[in-house]
Amino acid sequence: MTLALERIGPEERGSASRDKDVDAAAGRVALELSGVTLSFGGVQALQDIDLVVERGEIRAIIGPNGAGKSSLINIISGVYRADRGRVSINGQRFGRVPTERLARLGIARTFQNLALFKGLSVLDNVKTGLAYRHRASVLEQVIGVGRARREQEEARARSQAILDFLHLTDVGERLAGTLPYGLQKRVELARALVAEPDILLLDEPMAGMTATEKNELADFVRSARDRFGTTVVLIEHDIGVVMGLSDHVAVLDYGRKIADGTPGKVANDPKVIDAYLGVAPENEDGEGI
Amino acid sequence: MTGFDWLFFTEVLVGGLLSGVMYSLVAIGFVLIYKTSGVLNFAQGAMLLFAALTFVSLTERGINFPLAFVITFAIMVALGIAIERAVLRPLVNKPPITLFMATLGLSYVLEGAAQLVWGTQVHGLDLGIEDLPFDIGGVFISQFDIFAAAVALGLVVALSLFFRYTRIGLGFRAVADDQFAALAVGLKLNWIWASVWAAAGLVALVAGLLWGARSGVQFSLSLIVLKALPVLVLGGFDSILGAIVGGLLVGATEKLAEVYIGEYFGGGIESWFAYAVALVFLLIRPAGLFGQKLVERV
Amino acid sequence: MSVLLDTPASAPNLSRTPSLKTWVWPLIVLVVAFGLVPAFGTSYLFEGILLPFLALSLAGVGLNLLTGYAGQVSLGSAAFMAVGAFACFNFNLRVDGLPLFGSIILAGLTAAAVGLVFGLPSLRLRGFYLAVSTLAAQFFVQWALTKFSWFSNESASGVIDAPALTLFGFTFEGAVGRYYFALTIVTLLTFLAYRLVVSEVGRNFIAVRDNETAARIIGIPVLRTKLFAFAISSFIIGVAGVLWAFAYLRTVEPAGFNLDRSFQILFLIIIGGLATIRGAFYGAALIVVFPLILSRLGALVFGDLFDSGVLDMAQRIVLGALIILFLILEPDGLAALFARIREKIRGGFLRS
Repeated sequence: MTLALERIGPEERGSASRDKDVDAAAGRVALELSGVTLSFGGVQALQDIDLVVERGEIRAIIGPNGAGKSSLINIISGVYRADRGRVSINGQRFGRVPTERLARLGIARTFQNLALFKGLSVLDNVKTGLAYRHRASVLEQVIGVGRARREQEEARARSQAILDFLHLTDVGERLAGTLPYGLQKRVELARALVAEPDILLLDEPMAGMTATEKNELADFVRSARDRFGTTVVLIEHDIGVVMGLSDHVAVLDYGRKIADGTPGKVANDPKVIDAYLGVAPENEDGEGI
Repeated sequence: MTGFDWLFFTEVLVGGLLSGVMYSLVAIGFVLIYKTSGVLNFAQGAMLLFAALTFVSLTERGINFPLAFVITFAIMVALGIAIERAVLRPLVNKPPITLFMATLGLSYVLEGAAQLVWGTQVHGLDLGIEDLPFDIGGVFISQFDIFAAAVALGLVVALSLFFRYTRIGLGFRAVADDQFAALAVGLKLNWIWASVWAAAGLVALVAGLLWGARSGVQFSLSLIVLKALPVLVLGGFDSILGAIVGGLLVGATEKLAEVYIGEYFGGGIESWFAYAVALVFLLIRPAGLFGQKLVERV
Repeated sequence: MSVLLDTPASAPNLSRTPSLKTWVWPLIVLVVAFGLVPAFGTSYLFEGILLPFLALSLAGVGLNLLTGYAGQVSLGSAAFMAVGAFACFNFNLRVDGLPLFGSIILAGLTAAAVGLVFGLPSLRLRGFYLAVSTLAAQFFVQWALTKFSWFSNESASGVIDAPALTLFGFTFEGAVGRYYFALTIVTLLTFLAYRLVVSEVGRNFIAVRDNETAARIIGIPVLRTKLFAFAISSFIIGVAGVLWAFAYLRTVEPAGFNLDRSFQILFLIIIGGLATIRGAFYGAALIVVFPLILSRLGALVFGDLFDSGVLDMAQRIVLGALIILFLILEPDGLAALFARIREKIRGGFLRS
């Protein structure tokens, strides 16, 4: 598709040329990582990662367990600070992405290990995804007037719409913690989507799901992109689902990016086959660094 | 250098450090249990009271010192096992704060039981060490403080050796490191937890005797737990070294503050000063004295 | 990341629109409390049971906002009660022309401000570290109130006496009067607390409790939410302190707000049910009534052996054991227990 997506290997880049790329691509690039490096103690989790994600694409990042995928998503969402390198979100560059402003920057994410609010109903969980844009004072909320009332009505309507969209209407009143695993994953997706983010980060959304559930979720992700124009960054270690779903695939191995391109191209890359296919792709244990 | 009495300063500092050792001793009881089972055992103070009260009551009934010590230790071991069975085992896999609250309840039960059985009056306890000042190069230090510090040090060394060189100690460390892995290789967690509680009981007994000899064996012994908590916040709940250094730090700053700035506050600041030290320290250094910076996993 | 508190399996459904039914029971309770109880109650019932029950319930409601809903464990509640009581005493004493109602609000705000300060560590500390640091509030406040006799208008050992209880020109006198005074305030603040937990702030409290990191990432203002929880909780606990001091005891000293009182409030929300408003009332009822039952029972069974010293110790043991039992058998407290019983009865009706 574009040359920018096919850069391979860290040695080809200089930071000067990167900046030019950023300027040229600012309009259609949603997310860009340049030279991102991270280590924990002596363990090198990520080495000099470059990544360009175009607006509206579904971009998968795959790799075997421990390849650094989760670290990457945690850097994009500001949970970790990169030792070196930068992250640009819609043209704004950050050394550390400010987590508390993430939602306002147009980024939403889901979590590898479920991170729903177990004590809230499904509908209320989804509503929390809109909390960041609410301005009503506590007093207005307690009395239930003015801005508070409008905001809550809107939040309710939007959340309900997302629940309908993801076929969760029937469980809206249930406590999130009481749902089966697959549904909880979908509620997380709903909570992330309700704010209609520019960029949606999915951290192993299909881990632990049955084949049917995986296909279902893939359909949801695709239709979410089509409906809201959301850019999707998706982390997975299951190659199968990813190939059909994503526009581009980047492959990580031992903290390095070893391939980046269209699914077909990546699947035939000998380096990828070497690094990846030795690992059982169905391994579904939790992982991450 | 006019006006500042360095000799006096040293005396206060050393006195503070020595009483800090006593704080460390109580704090170590917490660390033992926290490290192996993740429980912040608020009942440590009540155990201390229970042990000291039992010991004193036995000696008052004419039982000699070593025998009373052995009997009390046996009772503490039985108590530890009973606590593990009756309170902790049913709560396994519950959130840590739930376990903490259970130990709060436990401390009420132990305090009540100890006093119901042995009465509420204050018992004197004479360990045969006189609390006389001792002259070292012009600095006067309490003989009892030195004795207490030596005992505490001895206990810490003994515990360290025990952890390092015995099978049970190895089990302790394995469990502290990774409960699930320890379980997987066939270590009997219940048994290890029971022995940890027994070890904590021993620490409680020794600390109870030292504190009891100093201030009388009475209900307020149980409140020593409140002295140990800021030490733990400072040193980390899971570090023996942290408990020792934290105890010294709290002991020293507390004494110095009492002597040098206490008068500006009208005295009596020792009830909260240790907490203030711990909080200020943590605001500057959230990971504590020796704590590792925890990586958030999401 | 670990969730510190157990999430109640039966958390209130916040999104449900208030139907008529949700109002029926509270209304009945209010009618009984305002109308029937004063008609039949003895003065012992008011002085010995209902007044401490109301004050402790309100304190429980306040602590439940912070600990049950927002997940921040506090061991210093009694300190905020003390701040409320002494602040109200001083506003009432020193500000001429300020009605008692104004003093109570200012006292609540003072407690909220102090709570905010001692809540600051919550921005850096979690779990045990935070719980322990709230003890700082307990000891510091008790020390300051005892040490500086200005707070008690130079009275010996920090004792303060209650002023006349006048609200909006009406003076509440006698046991029944003080009961009405306390009941009115408790009703108002409980309603406020209820509105709060069903609002977005209440939702944010639970989100911060259940998963702080996720809450931060989806854009919930975690720091603001935590601090607000400390402030509003301390406000309510502070007013509960006013009731404790002025409506119940009439004469208090700082030592009355000691660590045992803090634990008592924590215990009552555990027994009653974390993250429920009604749980605070159930728990307070049990905490107030059980020593009375215990002493009657003890006297009956053991006769003269059961003196006040023994009673004290027996109370401690039973209270401690109750906590442990509840944590093991009914971690969601009396609120969940009663809800289950109600379901059973309803199920029984349907079947027959």
